Amino acid sequence: MGYKKLFEITEKEIIIQEVVNKVIDRNAGAINTFIGTVREMTKGKKTLYLKYDAYIPMAEKKLQQIGLEIQSDFPDAHVAITHRIGKLKISDIAVVIAVSTPHRSDAFTASRYAIERIKEIVPIWKKEHWEDGEEWIGDQLEKTPYPSGKPSKEDLT
Amino acid sequence: MIKILLFADLEEKAGQREIDIDSTAMKVGDIRKYLVEKYPQLTAIKSALPAINEEYAQDDVEAKSGDIVAFIPPVSGG
Repeated sequence: MGYKKLFEITEKEIIIQEVVNKVIDRNAGAINTFIGTVREMTKGKKTLYLKYDAYIPMAEKKLQQIGLEIQSDFPDAHVAITHRIGKLKISDIAVVIAVSTPHRSDAFTASRYAIERIKEIVPIWKKEHWEDGEEWIGDQLEKTPYPSGKPSKEDLT
Repeated sequence: MIKILLFADLEEKAGQREIDIDSTAMKVGDIRKYLVEKYPQLTAIKSALPAINEEYAQDDVEAKSGDIVAFIPPVSGG
């Protein structure tokens, strides 16, 4: 198998299977995937398309940090995350997270953790384009990010 | 020279992603003040998190010549 980039920002369409393949492991009993897609309606407003931008080198580092945080809780976990940037249409895939663990419960927990953490610390921004305007979206969690910490258990429920 | 990076709304308001500051050392908080003075439209920089060389930093940390200081607006990936 060739070189695998586990944490990646890309301008290309994400192939789900390629992300899943990166976490295949003989000791895994489960692979959990999270697929984030572009939603049309948000709070009654119709999105035509999105544009994502990122601070690419830092974003890839922070995705890697999320992987390490997961492995500190679940040492046998394998994690791969790819996030797309550029112009995305409705239903396009923006992010794919794959986590493999020996037992399924940990894979679910870790996958959930990863997407919540992306929304806290990874320098990626989306701009929503509507029929009557456009806006950079920020602070979807409606709280102050805390880059060195972790979300509490309540944040993940 | 300290290189400043702006993203998303900040980049659009400033009309550029990169700004060079001719200084050998400057605290991040002072860079923030300098930018608001020079580009009054960058009011949203108040809610941005600074990062030095791709790692989050506090306002009291000093950036040195050759460092890259990024101002990270609230993120919205996923």
